[in-house]
Amino acid sequence: MAANHAEAEGEVEHESETKFEPGKMILEHIGDSHDWHLWGHTSISLPVIAYSPEQGLKIFSSSRFEHGHAAYDGLMLHEGHLVWEDEGCTDGLYDLSITKNVLAMLVASVFLLIMMLRTASSYRKNKGMAPKGFLNVLEPLILFLRDDVAKPSIGKKADRYMPLILTVFFFIFINNLFGLVPIFPGGANVTGNIAVTMVLALVVFITVTLASNKYYWKHIFVPDVPVWMYPIIIPIEILGVILKPFVLMLRLFANITAGHIIILGFFSLIFIFGAMSPALGYAVSPLSVAFTLFMSLLELLVAFLQAFVFTLLTSIYIGMAVEEHH
Amino acid sequence: MELVTPAIGLVFWMLVTFSLLLVILKKFAWSPILTSIKEREETIDNALSQAQQARDEMAKLQSQNENLLAEARAERDAMLREAREMKDKIVSEAKSTADEEAKKLIVRANDEINKQKQAAMQELKKEVASFSVQIAEKLVSAELEKSDKQQQLIEAQLAEFTQN
Repeated sequence: MAANHAEAEGEVEHESETKFEPGKMILEHIGDSHDWHLWGHTSISLPVIAYSPEQGLKIFSSSRFEHGHAAYDGLMLHEGHLVWEDEGCTDGLYDLSITKNVLAMLVASVFLLIMMLRTASSYRKNKGMAPKGFLNVLEPLILFLRDDVAKPSIGKKADRYMPLILTVFFFIFINNLFGLVPIFPGGANVTGNIAVTMVLALVVFITVTLASNKYYWKHIFVPDVPVWMYPIIIPIEILGVILKPFVLMLRLFANITAGHIIILGFFSLIFIFGAMSPALGYAVSPLSVAFTLFMSLLELLVAFLQAFVFTLLTSIYIGMAVEEHH
Repeated sequence: MELVTPAIGLVFWMLVTFSLLLVILKKFAWSPILTSIKEREETIDNALSQAQQARDEMAKLQSQNENLLAEARAERDAMLREAREMKDKIVSEAKSTADEEAKKLIVRANDEINKQKQAAMQELKKEVASFSVQIAEKLVSAELEKSDKQQQLIEAQLAEFTQN
């Protein structure tokens, strides 16, 4: 699917290349797109899947759009969004395309799946023996999540929620790490995408709600305060129920996106100064690379930290929901 | 604003992927991994507690052995003491029996001596008596032989007796 679009891009591309806009570049990189830009004018065209109740399912390669310069099958790209060609809007159109983020997420998920299934099989192979090889990396993580995250916050029922906690942690962690790899299939801003974090938060919200017992709801609707304070406390408590997953969603999104923006920002410095004078650009580049390297290392820490924080808060919320009255 | 607007496509694929991931990983990865970890932990726990038990048992055996030794030692001491006592008793008993026997012998000897003495005395008395009689006899006969006066006296007496 990789294609060289140098010819088709022509003048427009040339024009935008001469005038470097860091903001636009950064937003393009952290956003989603229908093709995966590799280098220069080479990119991978990803499949477009559009569904509308009137016209049914439409599946075709995004190369048909010729980078937003052409319309195909009544559809076209407007600022990266799939819209109706004639109306220029998205009414009644569901864009289910395998976008850059979807593909990156799928790749990371397959990676995670293979890694964990192999781990499981190696556990089956040396049953009851000391962990070997890669297990020595994974097992401390799993044990850490079980003994220091899930058990202290959830308590006796921790085992039931371990699969969810482990899946959430490793999904976020792997996607964060993939996001830090600058070349394909990394570099996509999956965990820094609000849709992804929203689904994760939604899963947490559903789990917490399903896990909740009567004490959890009693705490919300019949709190331990004087009755005259009910009008204040009850709305706050109800808000808290929604706010908890909402904050989970925002925290992960903001942290990862911010990390990407900072790294890209430092890189942009080279081109901003380079636009002033090439010599300045060269002068700034070592500094910029050093900063980027530093930020990347920091982001490695953040990748783990955010996965950990998300998981920890998830288990604390589950723990609050299943807590027995005392 | 675009940054914080969730795209429907990504939400859809994320939901599908994450649900599948959760189900598959739960069934084929997390459950076996967590089970084997737990099993291994239990094995280790068991091994440790068994080792502890063995150690306790060893300690118990050792203390039992010590007790046995102490008991044996005490028993030996007791036996020795008993033997010593027995010996002392036997010796003292023997001594006292010998003493008694000796005393009895002395008493019997004394008795015998007394009896002999008595018999001797008796004999002596008899001897002395017979000697006295013999002496008297001799004296009397000598008196009678020596003078006729006694004859005259007897005759006088007899004459007087017959006149009356």
